[in-house]
Amino acid sequence: MSGAADMNRNRAVNWALLAYIFLAYAFVFAPIAASFVFSFNSDRFPSIPLGEFTLDWYRAVATDPLVWDGARNTLVVGVVVGIISTVMGFGAAYTDYRYRFAGKQVYLALALLPPTIPVIILGLAMLAYLSRINLSGNALSVIISHVVVCAPFAMAIVRLRLSQMDPALEPAAWNLGASEWMAMRHVIVPFCAPAIFGALFITMAVSFDEFAVAWFVSGLNETLPVKVLGFLQGQVSPRINAIGTFVFILSMTLVILAQLLLSGRSAKTADKE
Amino acid sequence: MSRDTLVSFDGVVKRFGSFVAVQKLDFEIRKGEFLAIMGSSGCGKTTTLRMLAGLEAPTEGVIKLSGKPINDLPTWSRDTPMVWQSLALFPFLNVRENVEFALKMRGVGKAERRRRAEQWLDRMQIAEFAERNISQLSGGQRQRVALARSLVVEPEILLLDEPLSALDAALKVRMQSVLKNLQRETGITFVYVTHSQSEAFSMADRVVIMSRGVIEQIGTPQEIYRTPGTRFVAEFLGSSNIFQGRLVPGDGGGAALDTPLGRFETGADATARLGTTATMTVLDTKTHLAAARPAHARNVLPVRMIGEEFVGATATIYLEAAGGQEIRVQKGHDELSDIPLEIGRELFVYWEPGDAHVISEA
Repeated sequence: MSGAADMNRNRAVNWALLAYIFLAYAFVFAPIAASFVFSFNSDRFPSIPLGEFTLDWYRAVATDPLVWDGARNTLVVGVVVGIISTVMGFGAAYTDYRYRFAGKQVYLALALLPPTIPVIILGLAMLAYLSRINLSGNALSVIISHVVVCAPFAMAIVRLRLSQMDPALEPAAWNLGASEWMAMRHVIVPFCAPAIFGALFITMAVSFDEFAVAWFVSGLNETLPVKVLGFLQGQVSPRINAIGTFVFILSMTLVILAQLLLSGRSAKTADKE
Repeated sequence: MSRDTLVSFDGVVKRFGSFVAVQKLDFEIRKGEFLAIMGSSGCGKTTTLRMLAGLEAPTEGVIKLSGKPINDLPTWSRDTPMVWQSLALFPFLNVRENVEFALKMRGVGKAERRRRAEQWLDRMQIAEFAERNISQLSGGQRQRVALARSLVVEPEILLLDEPLSALDAALKVRMQSVLKNLQRETGITFVYVTHSQSEAFSMADRVVIMSRGVIEQIGTPQEIYRTPGTRFVAEFLGSSNIFQGRLVPGDGGGAALDTPLGRFETGADATARLGTTATMTVLDTKTHLAAARPAHARNVLPVRMIGEEFVGATATIYLEAAGGQEIRVQKGHDELSDIPLEIGRELFVYWEPGDAHVISEA
């Protein structure tokens, strides 16, 4: 922290800002931390003082076939959604980067619209539409719905990366004898690689956590977040804390991986310019 | 079209919507020459280069490379590698991979690729950086990588789009001699786009001067400097004093120019154009300065000194004639030693009729 030595900064303001950041993070993470702590607590209900340390709840979760079903569904859906969303998002972002056409503003607005639609409405609409074409109530319907939600995130991430690219890079590849496909393979994709992997991880994480839309369309193939709601409606059990901790760690790992990829590489390129 | 023509532009026009970037381009590029295309921004020089590279399609006209029309040839099927203003090196590849890129795209095998890249890495003196990332190189080293990357396919022609603009002054001069030597040794035709007069004049065999999408003059640097073809060229180069007037019969052999500042003998043979308006240029190095009216000079103009500027061994004296016209004189310091240089001082400039050049345009 060079802040304290900086004569152009007010010390009191500095401390106030630090305190503010600390409080903001505490506010965000305290409930998650509580859930984490209670997942190791032997008491049936979350209360203080804490009981003994136990792994019982994890054991209970690990031996519950319903949880395994949910986890498997979540994982399969997440991976497939991640891949499809990233491919679609990349295509959409490259189209925006490369071409000028009439109605491009409309194209962009539509492409980025889905995450702004309230999830309840999106879920209801998805259910109505998918059941009409006989696709509702299975893993495929969750995949389709999640791609709709996730692809815009992938597009936004790849688009940001493309905007950092020297506009001469692709023509330079053509100029050196690369056809459009070869330039795509040897220049555009390698340049976007950090963003592509970043988008893959972020969209997976979004799919893992997504509850509302999945609740509408999943039918019997419930994903883990939908299962958790089921548990909660039946009974309050510390097993939920165990599942929550597991999902949280998985999602955070993906998000942090994505962050490392995106900030690390682009910082390096920015250095150069 | 002569045998040593490599590229020809035939009535080439380029329009972007209603904006005409290049209008009616007719010129040829000779095999093995160093051609500079010079002009201020927006003059169409980069568009011309991009059309040759196949990055823009001409709206009208034909571009031929080695006698064959290339209008419809995609850029990756032309052998017209380009060195970009931003260099456009691939940041995710190391130096060697950058240099090998064009060979890889042409399907050259790995061993052969490596061998040929090695040659150019050596030649450009960057072999020791072969495994480095682009971000670890200095500006001058990147320049060399960009050159090696373009030249590795041993093309007939190399296009350069202001490649030195990002370098500092000293490095710029060094790279100029690198480029000039490279061109001389390889015999590859260089087409060099720049807005810098010093770059164009120090390297090029011939210079094309463009303005607003039109070629103003093509010639050797000497020709263009001594005998600018249009008033625009004279003003753009900024190395001549420019006078406008009417051509009348002179006292000597040549015509004289009747200007609001007086009548000046030119020594030019302009019998056919007597009575018409013309522009005359006198190089600032051929314009002399005196404290008292020189007795024998035939073209004398009383002026008032308004400023001076020193660059190394030479000084530029700024003067003002009647009516506010600016006159410049460029001399070595010793040539000016016996002239009282004070702002506001009344002085005289004079020049030989033979040093006056009458621009051939109407």
